[in-house]
Amino acid sequence: MSNISVHERDIVIPGEVLAEGMDYLPGENTYRENEKIYSKSLGLVSISGRVLKVTPLSGPYVPKIDDKIIGKVIDITMSGWRIDTNTAYSALLNVRDATTRFVKKEEDLSQILAIGDYVVVRIVNVTSQNLIDVTMKEPGLYKVSGGRIMEINSQKVPRVIGKQGSMISLIKTKTGCEVTVGQNGLVWVKGTPEGELKAEQAIKLVEEKSYLEGLTDRVGKFLEQ
Amino acid sequence: MIINKETIMVLAAEGKRLDGRGLLDYRQPINIEMNISWTAEGSAKVQLGETVVMAGVKMNIEKPYNDTPEEGGIMINAELLPLSSSEYEPGPPGEKAIELARVIDRGIRESKALDLKKLCIQPGEKAWFVTIDIMSINDAGNLLDAAGLAALAALKSAHFPVVDSVTGAIDYKQKTDKSLPLTKEALPVTIHKVNGKLMIDPTLEEEKSSEARLTVASDQKGIISALQKGGREPLTSEEISQILDVAIEKARFLRSVLNRYLK
Amino acid sequence: MVYKKRLDGRKWDELRPMEAKVGVVPNADGSASFKIGKTWAIAAVYGPRELFPKFKQDPKKGVLRCFYSMMPFSGSGERIRPGANRRAQEIAMVMANALGPVVDLSAFPNAVVDVFVDLPQTDAGTRCAAISAASMALAQAGIPMKDMISSVAVGKVDDKIATDLDYKEEHIEEFNPDSKTASVSDIPVAMIHNTKEITLLQMDGEISKEDLMKAIEAATVAVDKVYEVQRQALKEKFAKE
Repeated sequence: MSNISVHERDIVIPGEVLAEGMDYLPGENTYRENEKIYSKSLGLVSISGRVLKVTPLSGPYVPKIDDKIIGKVIDITMSGWRIDTNTAYSALLNVRDATTRFVKKEEDLSQILAIGDYVVVRIVNVTSQNLIDVTMKEPGLYKVSGGRIMEINSQKVPRVIGKQGSMISLIKTKTGCEVTVGQNGLVWVKGTPEGELKAEQAIKLVEEKSYLEGLTDRVGKFLEQ
Repeated sequence: MIINKETIMVLAAEGKRLDGRGLLDYRQPINIEMNISWTAEGSAKVQLGETVVMAGVKMNIEKPYNDTPEEGGIMINAELLPLSSSEYEPGPPGEKAIELARVIDRGIRESKALDLKKLCIQPGEKAWFVTIDIMSINDAGNLLDAAGLAALAALKSAHFPVVDSVTGAIDYKQKTDKSLPLTKEALPVTIHKVNGKLMIDPTLEEEKSSEARLTVASDQKGIISALQKGGREPLTSEEISQILDVAIEKARFLRSVLNRYLK
Repeated sequence: MVYKKRLDGRKWDELRPMEAKVGVVPNADGSASFKIGKTWAIAAVYGPRELFPKFKQDPKKGVLRCFYSMMPFSGSGERIRPGANRRAQEIAMVMANALGPVVDLSAFPNAVVDVFVDLPQTDAGTRCAAISAASMALAQAGIPMKDMISSVAVGKVDDKIATDLDYKEEHIEEFNPDSKTASVSDIPVAMIHNTKEITLLQMDGEISKEDLMKAIEAATVAVDKVYEVQRQALKEKFAKE
């Protein structure tokens, strides 16, 4: 006899019972103990058929291959640069993954990327110890110039991007800004100072109210002001 | 830590800031809550934008110092708690905490805001010693100014504890309604130079983008009781003159905010 | 001597009024304030982040590290001199042991999750308040946790088992003239909410085995009251509009 004690989009806390009985399956951020399924996070319940999952409202970014992230150059090494990813793990960008041109051995790497520069890169490898390799050598990857970098919780990135990019397109159109969202929660915004501030506030609004429905309308209204 | 240094500097040259404020505008909200800790003789919590600081006053009876037998004493201690920022580590106060405490101390001490003679109980034998402890709760920039305001608010909210007339023991659990003898209200205001322009109430990023800063403590009459220049770049005497004007004006503004909360 | 009525009039199983709020330190990855009576703890979580010194890193999972500190003006008497404090170090250690069993840091090898708790005012039950605050802060930070930890101190005052002793009860000889020879044992307890497994158990005083088991039973009921407050505080931020 199975029994579900929550609804779609309910907020649950760690240890809260989601369902009882073997009809339901524990999805992401849940676990089964004896016959009950519990939440492992403070988050929103999501029900897909028999699978119960919890989408955390906040949480650390776990690096994944193919993710596009934004990081800051913190060190220059023998063969490239070390990038701070705003997590517990830094990433390595090898010089051959940074540029297509031939770089001489004695060349001063800080002329290409200096400490403090922000870069948009893609993760190409993650080891079991979370050592990360990234590349910047593809279209859509670059060194950031101008504009401002802001930070949101990485769990909110899907909401900020929106279904098929709808939320981020709305923000870009209404503020006239370029916006690049890193999966690690760093976001780059570039436009006029007023446009950038408006975009930043809109993104913060999505982050804060991510658990509500009708968010696109709400953000649209905010951007009209 | 994210620092949009270049953009901050470019905007500053145009008189603009990342959050849309003017260079000489405070963040909102500015909130002051007094008597937040029942165990302290006086206390306050100040919120300046997202920066939050607490200050508590503790009082004790001790023997006066040999060279000032008719005076009590005051000491200011500050801790930049690791809880308030990823930049602070547990351990004894580092140079930032020490500088903050000493600058606020000078502002209060040199202005003789607290009449130390009135703290004397028995010359050469007993006097009140007041300690203010400043604790950062959330460092979002401009800790020093928020801390100076919290220290003053805590002093204003303080009351002497009850002293047993027979044993002379202090009963910390009971307060008299006697306040501390405060004569002046010195407040520190820190002005930063960013890309040649003067700026107040910086966020953390703005603090890290500034080339020089000057903290000025002043009282209601505009008399200056503390100065501290920081940062690696120099300031011209013209810049200093402008900074002094701003500091005195902003201290007056902060005092008026504090007075609203005292009513 | 018989302890007839609690000094503040509470029932034997009644906790002091509690108040909790999350997100009080915006810089932190998660934070919470927890007040029980006049004891107030503020907890902030930073992490997972890089762990130094490197020899403390665990290549299999992240490490949970706790810090506990009473503010100089938070004591019931004189100012507390800041600095290394053996009691605070021990409390930090038992806190980490109390929270560790529910926290899952397997996705964060070599990293650390730091929990800092500072107290602006105290009136007994401080380590319990610290643990209850820390549990909320960890949840708000999104650290994977299989359950919440709730904590409260129970005790035996003379012949009565009492829940959530305040400072006066812990030092009843000073406050109750009839209790010059009173015996008090103060027992801080922390439990995993669903299973009621005990993750913190300490004691000051003396007690018989039967009384201790009764006290633990009282704690089992009391921690649920703390849990309700924690749960409310975590959900409050996300009220449907």
